[in-house]
Amino acid sequence: MNPEESKRAIETIWGIESPRLIAALARVVRDIGVAEELAQDAFVSALEQWPREGAPRNPGAWLTAVAKRRAIDRFRRESMMDRKHEQLGHQLREHQTWQPDFEALDHEVDDDLLRLMFIACHPILSIEARVALTLRLLGGLTTAEIARAFLVLEPTIAQRIVRAKRTLSEAHVPFEVPDAKERMERLDAVLGVVYLIFNEGYAATSGSDILRPELCQEALRLGRMLATLASEESEVHGLVALMEIQASRMNARVAADGTPILLLDQDRARWDHLAIGRGLAELERATQRRGVLGPYTLQAGIAACHARARVASETDWQRIAALYDALAQLNPTPVIELNRAVAVGMAFGPEAGLELVDALRDASALKSYHLLPSVCGDLLEKLQRFSEAQEEFERAAALAANDRDREFLLQRAARCRF
Amino acid sequence: MRFLSIYTFDPSQWSGEPDAATIAKMGALISDMTAAGTLIDTGGRTPTGVSLRTTSTGGSPIAVTDGPFAESKEVVGGYAVLDVRDRAHLLEVAQRFLDCSGGGTCTMYQLAEMNDDDAPCTS
Repeated sequence: MNPEESKRAIETIWGIESPRLIAALARVVRDIGVAEELAQDAFVSALEQWPREGAPRNPGAWLTAVAKRRAIDRFRRESMMDRKHEQLGHQLREHQTWQPDFEALDHEVDDDLLRLMFIACHPILSIEARVALTLRLLGGLTTAEIARAFLVLEPTIAQRIVRAKRTLSEAHVPFEVPDAKERMERLDAVLGVVYLIFNEGYAATSGSDILRPELCQEALRLGRMLATLASEESEVHGLVALMEIQASRMNARVAADGTPILLLDQDRARWDHLAIGRGLAELERATQRRGVLGPYTLQAGIAACHARARVASETDWQRIAALYDALAQLNPTPVIELNRAVAVGMAFGPEAGLELVDALRDASALKSYHLLPSVCGDLLEKLQRFSEAQEEFERAAALAANDRDREFLLQRAARCRF
Repeated sequence: MRFLSIYTFDPSQWSGEPDAATIAKMGALISDMTAAGTLIDTGGRTPTGVSLRTTSTGGSPIAVTDGPFAESKEVVGGYAVLDVRDRAHLLEVAQRFLDCSGGGTCTMYQLAEMNDDDAPCTS
């Protein structure tokens, strides 16, 4: 194997093994910053030794053994320093008297990854920090990869991660799965981060690329991992179902020249039917759990209505409108109302839809949201009120943040003139 | 990059039915790889099932040959459809699978994708 090949091979193993290794280390040393450093040290050793001596038979166990040795060395050094300080009359700080149980590293604990996820998405961190930390620790992505995915500079991400780890360390956030009382709320935070990562990839909010598929794949990986770790939670399955079904349309959503293709105009043969199958199976799991259906499961239900229709005209719009109804009651936001208006327009005619859209005109949250005039233009076009439709599409184009969207809306505006 | 992997083994090396530990290990590998998005689809061949070969010259009725195919030295054990980032990833997946299966051969064919241009380029 040439040096480049063997480096790639080790990086691949790092991607697969690092989340579990960091999670186990964090359980034992109770600090994710220290845990990550120890794991990184083991990785550096692998880069030095494996090309020379060949990769070990069980790379995961090798990395754990090396990290364990490093951890023991590190704590021995630190406690020696403590003793010196003690002799000099310094007081021992409380957390330094505690000794990690390094032998516990040899046993994997099922909850390790789940705990790491809860910590990485802890509410004391900013949303941006949660996203970066989750991708780094649980996705095994490098700082450079995260920076590229979010179109920001690498030092920005590096700083964000360093600060997040410091915040967690200073707050002495316990490395544990939250108790039943707090669990739902904390789980919501985790799901929110995963969905944010997915959406950042699925509907890129800025730049000229409308899709950044690697972020979608990463979010799906995190979601599937969560679904096995917290399989009793309905919403976890709901979120995975939603992401699988949305991701199934990835190849059909954008034309060869990069222009977006609307859901109803997409070539359904290009949908990924294996992904749809996985999504529908997850939705089934979500609806089998007890309790009221949550927002992710309801949205997955809506996505499933589209996925089940072999041609656009077979879409069950009444069911979609009903699901939006339920969603709006749970989560009455203008964006959901706008989507409900689209569904109602399809189920009961454009006039019914337009009535709902008109009621939203004053919602301040939608003032600069390009989809409001875009939906409005669409409904007006169907009612053959072309000059009003044209105006709406032009307004939408002026508000669009994405170059491709803007171009697309201007084309629709132009079409209304004929 | 997507690959079709066909797993074959030499039946004379076959050491009998896998034990419970091997089955558990294979189950864990499959669920890990599925969660990671690497394993898209997989299936094992049933050794007692039907095997047959159909051939046509194009337009002609198919000619059917029923198995088992005595001339082949290797037996198909199963297949997998994989989605990997690069060659290193593909080789790592093969290593892990063959470690688990106790040897054999994975023959891997890259599959054409509809949006090859849009595929994430991470290598």
